[in-house]
Amino acid sequence: MAAEHTPQSSTSKVPLWRLPAFRAILFQVLLVLGILAFGNFLLSNTLQNMEQRGITTGFGFLDNAAGFGILQSLIPFDETDSYGRTFIVGLLNTLLVAALGILFATFLGFFIGVARLSKNWLVARLATVYIETFRNIPLLLQIMFWYFAVLRPLPRPRQSLSVGDSIFLNNRGLFIPRPVAEDGFGLVLAALLLAVIGSILLVRWAHRRQEATGQQFPGGLVSLAAIIGLPLATYWLSGSPLHWDYPVLGGFNFSGGLEVIPELAALVLALSIYTAAFIAEAVRSGIQAVSHGQTEAAYALGLRPRLTLKLVIIPQAMRVIIPQLTSQYLNLTKNSSLATAIGYPDLVNVFAGTTLNQTGQAVEVIAMTMGVYLFISLVISTFMNWYNKRKQLIER
Amino acid sequence: MTTHTPHPDLPPPSTSVGVIGWLRANLFSSWANSLLTLAAAYLLYLTIPPLIDWSLIKADWVGETRDACDSGGACWVFVSVRLNQFMYGLYPESEYWRINLAAVLLVLLMIPLFIKRFRAKLWLGLFILFGYPVIAFYLFSGGVFGLEYVETSRWGGLTLTLVLSSVGMAASLPLGILLALGRRSTMPIVKALSVVFIEFWRGVPLITVLFMSSVMLPLFLPEGTHFDKLLRAMIGIALFQSAYMAEVVRGGLQAIPKGQYEAAQALGLSYWKSMSLIILPQALKLVIPGIVNTFIALFKDTTLVLIIGLFDMLAMIQAALADPNWLGYAIEGLLFAAFVYWIFCFGMSRYSLALERKLNTGHAR
Repeated sequence: MAAEHTPQSSTSKVPLWRLPAFRAILFQVLLVLGILAFGNFLLSNTLQNMEQRGITTGFGFLDNAAGFGILQSLIPFDETDSYGRTFIVGLLNTLLVAALGILFATFLGFFIGVARLSKNWLVARLATVYIETFRNIPLLLQIMFWYFAVLRPLPRPRQSLSVGDSIFLNNRGLFIPRPVAEDGFGLVLAALLLAVIGSILLVRWAHRRQEATGQQFPGGLVSLAAIIGLPLATYWLSGSPLHWDYPVLGGFNFSGGLEVIPELAALVLALSIYTAAFIAEAVRSGIQAVSHGQTEAAYALGLRPRLTLKLVIIPQAMRVIIPQLTSQYLNLTKNSSLATAIGYPDLVNVFAGTTLNQTGQAVEVIAMTMGVYLFISLVISTFMNWYNKRKQLIER
Repeated sequence: MTTHTPHPDLPPPSTSVGVIGWLRANLFSSWANSLLTLAAAYLLYLTIPPLIDWSLIKADWVGETRDACDSGGACWVFVSVRLNQFMYGLYPESEYWRINLAAVLLVLLMIPLFIKRFRAKLWLGLFILFGYPVIAFYLFSGGVFGLEYVETSRWGGLTLTLVLSSVGMAASLPLGILLALGRRSTMPIVKALSVVFIEFWRGVPLITVLFMSSVMLPLFLPEGTHFDKLLRAMIGIALFQSAYMAEVVRGGLQAIPKGQYEAAQALGLSYWKSMSLIILPQALKLVIPGIVNTFIALFKDTTLVLIIGLFDMLAMIQAALADPNWLGYAIEGLLFAAFVYWIFCFGMSRYSLALERKLNTGHAR
């Protein structure tokens, strides 16, 4: 009798297909089979289609000569170079745009985000208008606006807008003096490196001392002075081993100097203005996430407003801001692929555009392009997980 | 015996109330603040009057050709001449009524949703989601009931933008919910597949997805299958945004206390019943801002289809800019586009705020 009430006997009466565990296994097996069948269907179709269209497979095409020029290249490139090199050129151009965009967007975004919380009504309103305007207009439209409506209609090189005969702006781009390093400039760079490493160590030491004893040390000011002062002093002592190469108007265009093509300028402008609106929101939400009680507690402990900001508010706000900031950086990098709409030679334009059209090897080219972006995303999200873990440990 | 009557309170000083008080508190509270105010006001003075002068006062509004634009201000004639193309794309002019009819029908169907006393909201909503698209599709493409057939390559302008984004929204929300549930599933294979799917689509730019759908999809399908370009773009956009939607919904699912899941189980509800009756209604309400943000991103992202050769509103404007009769009006054309997109996106974000307030039952912190 008692045996009837044991759990084993009651489950044994339940039909097999009603057991959650069995149903879970069955469902997953069916799912895997379905996906395998679908994948097989796609694969066989692709192979058959490729055979019929006479598309070769494999990555051998990367060694063939490309036979087309690229508007802007950070490494030497001409028509005789291989398709593989077009991949590198495109990738470097993408990274350049992303790096410049991230730099400007961060500064602008923090500025606008803080302005939005300003006690000054007018400044706060202006920041709100900025955010609501640029967030709600498609990025592609903004890129096209800067390119087609602002930079293209600029005057020709002969009538360029210029600042002091050294910076020129015209419809061929922005021309600025280019620093050329002479012998001995390496010393200055070494001094800079030394100052940066020294500052990091100094700030760490100051932080540890402050945690242990409560004594303050102006680490920021001292390291700023070191980072600016040390290289400058070295530069001056080693006899100014640097000269500037000025752009000169010759024929129809400028030669010499550093040339920023309008495509790059439009892309960086649009990307940083657009992303700054999102970064500003992240900054605002981060600062607002720190409850007012924290500020009051810090004041009650006798901390001055500046120290409260540095020791109480910013560390807690950063915990909210950094993850959002990283995902905005990631978005900016992915959005830089819109370059193709105005013809800036980034990875998508050069490699998934021209190279794909010339070789016809869609599968390999698209896979490589997507692989690059996936790799960048994975690296950044790994960093973010690491950061979150680190911050959580400090929290409790 | 004299009783003491207190002197009536003095009014607050005139510098701390009224306009002057407000100005002192908000604009000139300290010398740094005053400097900021003056700088901002100067910035406004530099930008706003010339902008209004150019765009409104000196602008040309009526005319048929560019000769009408001679006053030196903005040339809105360019926009008004091309307005039909911006709205309807290359759709045949005699058939515009079909698009208008579909739009009016949608608005009429939506009105009862905003009436409090209307009871069958769920059924009407389901009809709008599943029935209306069929009607709209046959209205747009024709080929039945004696309507002229219009192939999808002639759809364009704002119409195409709205078609793409509404299809994308309708497809990405349910797909995203399924993916989010999959990601939180206890079944290891389902969970792994959902994670891979979500991270893949979130890791690549939409433009490579669109490239893939236009270059690789024909390779994937059996020889001779014709796959409409518009449909391919729709699939690409829907899959892409569903991954973002899944992450938003997952945030909501995670915010629901464990007790809710356990209570649903204790009531004997099956998985799907507990999800659809207990968990999802609360979770989705929590993440309305995130969902609407994804919708706004989707709406903005529809502009990317111009790169694979579909003619949405931005592409129509770009094409108009290249018209040799109307060279040099890029600012007007793009500003008009920006204005239209801004209205839609800003409207959506305001609507989400209102919805949030309306649905707020005090649980959200």
